[in-house]
Amino acid sequence: MRKLLAVLLTAGTLFSVSAQSNETAVIENVNNGGVASLRGITELDITRKADELKRVIKDRSPIDRDYVYQPPLIPHQTRHYEVSLNANKCLSCHSWKYAGEMGATKISVTHYQSREGEVLSDVSPRRYFCLQCHVTQADASPLIDNDFKRVDSLR
Amino acid sequence: MKFILNFWRKLTAPSKAAVGTVLAMGFLGGIIFWGAFNMGMEATNTEEFCSACHAPIVKELKETIHYSNRSGVRAICSDCHVPHNWTDKIVRKVQASNEIVAFLMGKISTQEKFEARRKHLAVREWQRMKENDSQECRNCHNFEYMDFSEQGPRSRKQHSTALASGEKTCVDCHKGIAHQLPDMSDVPGW
Ligand code: HEC
Ligand code: HEC
Ligand code: HEC
Ligand code: HEC
Repeated sequence: MRKLLAVLLTAGTLFSVSAQSNETAVIENVNNGGVASLRGITELDITRKADELKRVIKDRSPIDRDYVYQPPLIPHQTRHYEVSLNANKCLSCHSWKYAGEMGATKISVTHYQSREGEVLSDVSPRRYFCLQCHVTQADASPLIDNDFKRVDSLR
Repeated sequence: MKFILNFWRKLTAPSKAAVGTVLAMGFLGGIIFWGAFNMGMEATNTEEFCSACHAPIVKELKETIHYSNRSGVRAICSDCHVPHNWTDKIVRKVQASNEIVAFLMGKISTQEKFEARRKHLAVREWQRMKENDSQECRNCHNFEYMDFSEQGPRSRKQHSTALASGEKTCVDCHKGIAHQLPDMSDVPGW
């Protein structure tokens, strides 16, 4: 009986020691070294609570651009606007054909140009997926404090 | 047997009771028939029923505002596709018998076949809604009660002009509101 207990105890201690050394190894792997990134200073193995979704405002005037050549933000909701091989809901208002009638902003001439600057008869395939460059606007503070300033002409 | 004979005799005998019974039976039978008929009409209005043949479409609907939104009020297939008005409803149901034929012929039995036929079906549906001035939409969205001041400027601009004047109806502008669209290259406005 005593022998059995002794064996069990040593086995137990050995096991816990090995478990502990595993743990330290894990901690070293996930330690962020106190560096804050965009995810904050959470350890790598912890899934941080997601930020709250930004509320997209239904419709309002556009936020001004911050730099030349910035794709303008979308000043309205785009929920369930289909942009696919079959249909492009954005172009049903913003294409040159319909912009006037719908009172929408016309897409710029660059959207009709090929990569070589050749003017095409319709929207260039590389500009077709609007949401690659344009996003809906929301009230969001900068993720990282910074001292970016607009160029003089946009100030 | 004897009971039935007796009953028959009672019915044929020119007595007050007979008239009453016949009337009552006619009435009851009517109710039962009507009930069964309407139950059939109801049962064929559920989403499970439609999804048996239109599974891909049910999946698409789930992402749209008519399936999930902040207020939790939703539209099911029949709200938009089956007229409320009784005669129109019967007409649509009889037309739907054609769908059963099309189903048996396997016209939309695979995703590919459905995609290929989708344009045709969508055009038919737009046509139907144009003809009834988008009655199904209006069953829920009544123009009379639209508060333009609560709507976005884009909505207001279109609703107070082309919609108010009757020049256009809901589906003219709101295509693909509940489903993905077919190839729109030759559709006016796209
Ligand atoms: C037995 C299978 C079946 C069921 C159940 C069914 N459908 Fe269909 N439906 C079809 C087929 C097949 C077509 C395609 C007809 C064709 O190709 O001409 C179709 C076409 C349609 C169309 C296209 C419009 C048109 O004019 O053709 C709509 C809208 C539609 N169905 C709605 C519904 C709704 C809503 C329900 C439930 C109330 C439903 N269907 C239940 C098989 C079915
Ligand atoms: C909010 C209204 C609405 C609801 C809810 C709705 N539909 Fe539709 N449906 C339409 C409109 C409008 C069209 C015409 C095509 C378009 O604009 O997408 C259509 C078209 C269709 C078509 C023709 C093929 C196509 O894709 O265009 C079928 C089939 C169909 N619907 C089935 C269904 C089924 C099944 C359901 C339930 C899961 C359903 N619909 C729910 C409005 C609705
Ligand atoms: C069963 C009732 C019902 C029917 C039928 C119906 N809708 Fe709706 N619709 C709703 C509800 C509920 C909402 C969402 C309200 C909210 O914002 O919570 C909605 C929202 C909408 C929106 C707003 C979309 C957005 O992003 O804000 C449009 C556009 C719309 N419906 C058009 C239509 C059209 C077009 C039809 C006819 C094909 C139709 N509806 C049929 C109940 C219905
Ligand atoms: C002349 C085109 C046109 C017609 C006709 C039209 N709408 Fe609209 N509607 C729009 C536009 C444009 C918007 C705003 C952009 C969007 O949501 O896609 C809109 C927005 C809406 C909204 C969201 C409103 C908001 O700002 O919150 C609803 C709900 C709606 N429409 C329902 C209907 C119904 C129901 C009908 C038919 C009785 C109808 N519309 C007819 C063009 C139209």
